[in-house]
Amino acid sequence: MPNSAASPAISFENVKKTYRGGQLKALDGVSFDIQPGEFFGLLGPNGAGKTTLISVLAGLTKATEGRVRVMGHDVVDDYAAARKALGVVPQELVFDPFFSVRESLRIQSGYFGVHGNDDWIDELLHNLGLTDKANANMRQLSGGMKRRVLVAQALVHRPPVIVLDEPTAGVDVELRQTLWQFIARLNKEGHTVLLTTHYLEEAEALCQRIGMLKAGRIVALDRTSQLLAGTASTMLRFKTDAALPPEIAARARVTGRIVQVTAHDAHEVETTLAELRAKGVPVEDLEIGRADLEDVFLEIMQGEAA
Amino acid sequence: MKGAFTLFKKEVLRFWKVAFQTVCAPVLTAVMYLLVFGHTLEDHVKVYETVGYTQFLIPGLVMMSVLQNAFANSSSSLIQSKITGNLVFLLLTPLSPAAWFVAYVGAAVVRGLAVGAGVLAVTVWFAPPGLDNLLWVLAFTVLGAGLMGTLGLIAGLWAEKFDQLAAFQNFIIMPMTFLSGVFYSVHSLPSFWLGVSHLNPFFYMIDGFRRGFFGVSDVSPWLSFAVVSVSFAVAAGLALSLLKRGYKIRS
Repeated sequence: MPNSAASPAISFENVKKTYRGGQLKALDGVSFDIQPGEFFGLLGPNGAGKTTLISVLAGLTKATEGRVRVMGHDVVDDYAAARKALGVVPQELVFDPFFSVRESLRIQSGYFGVHGNDDWIDELLHNLGLTDKANANMRQLSGGMKRRVLVAQALVHRPPVIVLDEPTAGVDVELRQTLWQFIARLNKEGHTVLLTTHYLEEAEALCQRIGMLKAGRIVALDRTSQLLAGTASTMLRFKTDAALPPEIAARARVTGRIVQVTAHDAHEVETTLAELRAKGVPVEDLEIGRADLEDVFLEIMQGEAA
Repeated sequence: MKGAFTLFKKEVLRFWKVAFQTVCAPVLTAVMYLLVFGHTLEDHVKVYETVGYTQFLIPGLVMMSVLQNAFANSSSSLIQSKITGNLVFLLLTPLSPAAWFVAYVGAAVVRGLAVGAGVLAVTVWFAPPGLDNLLWVLAFTVLGAGLMGTLGLIAGLWAEKFDQLAAFQNFIIMPMTFLSGVFYSVHSLPSFWLGVSHLNPFFYMIDGFRRGFFGVSDVSPWLSFAVVSVSFAVAAGLALSLLKRGYKIRS
């Protein structure tokens, strides 16, 4: 019998998922735990395996090897308990066109055996700015509103573990703020949150710990602060029209005229600037700042590529 | 079973919200059949000594409507959910394969009964068929609708696009229904086709159902009951096995 109180909220144990008879490895031995109450970010480029991993966790996809547990419940052998503990916001914007917002929430709640929870449904509608849309048919809602309903559907049975698979993809600033305020509140109240997103500033601001996936493998797993401190912590930003020396170009990110170069310490900043001067590269609007999660992400991904 | 009941209720609501299309339209179609076939064949075809052709036709049309609509309910609901992607809401739940089965097939039976009751209520005034044994009527209605709801569930799981489902419906279900003795007694057929008809489980559903009205049938109602029950058990076993495997719904 699983002991939910002593178990990680989510546990991945050597999870593998292959397709085409093993030729394509979507997940290649992923192992890590997420503790109860954590706000965990799962990052990675497109095709890294984030959605596959979440699909295995949610029971939408069967792992080829390995085990996944939610609050100590195996997602295959004890799927009913595992799914009751899980609220998943899917990535695709899907809805049932036959029902209103309130009907959709009551139905989703009923699937989990939870009835008569209109107070909680009202609270969800209020917190997600959906109160005035409660009786509107799903077809009448804008994309952003439908996304809010997806979030409400995931939370309607009060799961202790919440999984958000790119919940803010293509939505406006207002929804992002509303959503993050609400999710942060739920996290403070003890809910575990697993977030995948391409908006790395969101992950940096919200997540206590980050895991990075690439080609189906975990390539970084640490506290967000440690990740930021452990890699290039300084960022030089400047504008130039000239070509960069090859050594600097290799660790630079160039967007039009804007160049961003990572540096590990003050000495490296000095040598970088000295080299630019020596090569006659004109530098405008020079700024020296702290590296953010996006810089860390790119450094780790580029490092893995090399 | 609370979750299963919610899914059942949702499936019933789904067709009830578009009842004009899912209930009224099939009733009108059945009435058209009755008017055309009844008017043209009433004086030319005699199936049983004591039963007029229009009377004979009514239970057949009722049962045909029950069967086709039970199939349509589970199959169309599943394929729509698969194609629009909202099946994910169900896949994320703790509902067991048995709960899926009970809910989808239960709702299909309800739609079949609703349409069948509608067809009977409208057509009975043309030539009241009488009622010999209500139990046979109920048993074959529920069992037949259950079998067709189950076949609809299997077809909905199997099909990946509407075209495949339409093929299943038009090339398998529709011919088997039409060639089951809805419009004629199979005893009027040449011996080869009579033998073929006896291989068609739809024949037993309609013949047994008709027995409940007239007290006469082409074969024993007990034989019909046994064939329909075994067919249902086989189809239910297959559907449950597919659901347990997550056939074409969990990758």
